[in-house]
Amino acid sequence: MDILYLLIPLSVILVLCILGGLWWAIHQGQFEGVEQEGERILRDD
Amino acid sequence: MNSSQQSVYSDTVVRQFSIMAVVWGVVGMLVGVIIASQLAWPELNFGIPWLSYGRLRPLHTNAVIFAFGGSALFATSYYVVQRTCHTTLFLPKLAAFTFWGWQLVIVAAAISLPLGFTQGKEYAELEWPIDLLIAVVWVSYAIVFFGTVGTRKVKHIYVANWFYGAFIIAVALLHIVNSAAIPAGWMKSYSAYAGAQDAMIQWWYGHNAVGFFLTAGFLGMMYYFIPKQAGRPVYSYRLSIVHFWALIFTYMWAGPHHLHYTALPDWTQSLGMVFSLVLLAPSWGGMINGIMTLSGAWHKLRDDPILRFLIVSLSFYGMSTFEGPMMAIKTVNALSHYTDWTVGHVHSGALGWVGLVSMGSIYYLIPKLFGQKEMFSKKAIEVHFWMATIGIVLYIAAMWIAGVMQGLMWRAINADGTLTYTFVESVKATYPFYVIRMLGGLLYLAGMLIMLWNVLKTALNGNTVSVAIPAPAHD
Repeated sequence: MDILYLLIPLSVILVLCILGGLWWAIHQGQFEGVEQEGERILRDD
Repeated sequence: MNSSQQSVYSDTVVRQFSIMAVVWGVVGMLVGVIIASQLAWPELNFGIPWLSYGRLRPLHTNAVIFAFGGSALFATSYYVVQRTCHTTLFLPKLAAFTFWGWQLVIVAAAISLPLGFTQGKEYAELEWPIDLLIAVVWVSYAIVFFGTVGTRKVKHIYVANWFYGAFIIAVALLHIVNSAAIPAGWMKSYSAYAGAQDAMIQWWYGHNAVGFFLTAGFLGMMYYFIPKQAGRPVYSYRLSIVHFWALIFTYMWAGPHHLHYTALPDWTQSLGMVFSLVLLAPSWGGMINGIMTLSGAWHKLRDDPILRFLIVSLSFYGMSTFEGPMMAIKTVNALSHYTDWTVGHVHSGALGWVGLVSMGSIYYLIPKLFGQKEMFSKKAIEVHFWMATIGIVLYIAAMWIAGVMQGLMWRAINADGTLTYTFVESVKATYPFYVIRMLGGLLYLAGMLIMLWNVLKTALNGNTVSVAIPAPAHD
């Protein structure tokens, strides 16, 4: 099953990218005061 | 507000994809009804190679998943990303290219599959030149979508965009890795992988296509259109964030559950099973979050058929994300695998979740895109809802019974160790359920035809309106 040498590193890289995305979002303040964000889309039109 | 190009949303591409989603829905479901009839009455193959079940079946799956589902995802994602980011599409010409490119992919599929050109990989049958076109269209889609998010006028990125974004990135990765092949002529190629390795890659692709194309993308739809149609914010915005991260962290390794009891190493099968079971938690968290958005406003379900489409789609999402992990348990899979139970499970997700949530979202979109207050006929939406729901119930109940029956017949053993039933006896016993399944599908298709009529009436009565982008938010 040599294919695991492709799939496992690929999954690890992907998880690192996802963690990077999460880290970015947290540090950007994307998840602060989120409940009002749910309300915002209702006022858009 | 002045009417410079920057101040209105680019909705032309949304209109095009919305209409084509309905058209391809009719086509794909019609092919589905034809092949369901062929299973009950094989004479309907007519001895013509390009009408045979083996060639029409991939045409059906490609048409409903990529033509109907894909167009609905393009339409809604382009709409939602503009509305929630308060900006127009990034590179609208490239967005127009994604529309024409995607339609070209669909037409190429509709011609090449009946002619017998196939790579033989489920949901990835299309030959390498079409695969290259898909890759180009998809990368353009990513540029348009992420470019729009990047040029947003609102600081916060609404949760629906996270789901759409994950769907776009994951599908690009899955498609490129799984479709790697060595061309041997214009419409012939050999997979870059061989044997069990190829099977592993194929189901890593296949299950993640379910997870990211058929789930994450449509969850993006759910998180925008349910709150909009209900006129209430999502039940818990925090839970929607947890739902997103938990779902995308756990999906990638569930694929091996498609290959239980095969040449795949046993530990990868068990790993696939465990990850599939873990997926139940984020799936149900999201399902509950969506349904509870209606808390305190349940009465709206009584007279809003569009909301009913959206909420019932979530109950099918909950059902199939419970059934899926159960079927991934190896002992259950020993009974269910290769039977029509799997077909029933897929269709409870496809007709119930993907189908209904897309229809509800398109019913919401069409009047807005064509400057109308509401759809041409509300009564017709009502009728469509009931035809679709009854059709699904007939379909999945027939396939559950047929599947469990087949599984039990195949494993029945006499005292002397011989098989109790021949395979053909199980086929014969399935006949009535094939007929019921076809009737369920026919009902679902008829509902879709009503939708097409209603959508065209609404579009022709209205006109293509330009919607102004709201002034910059004050935060």
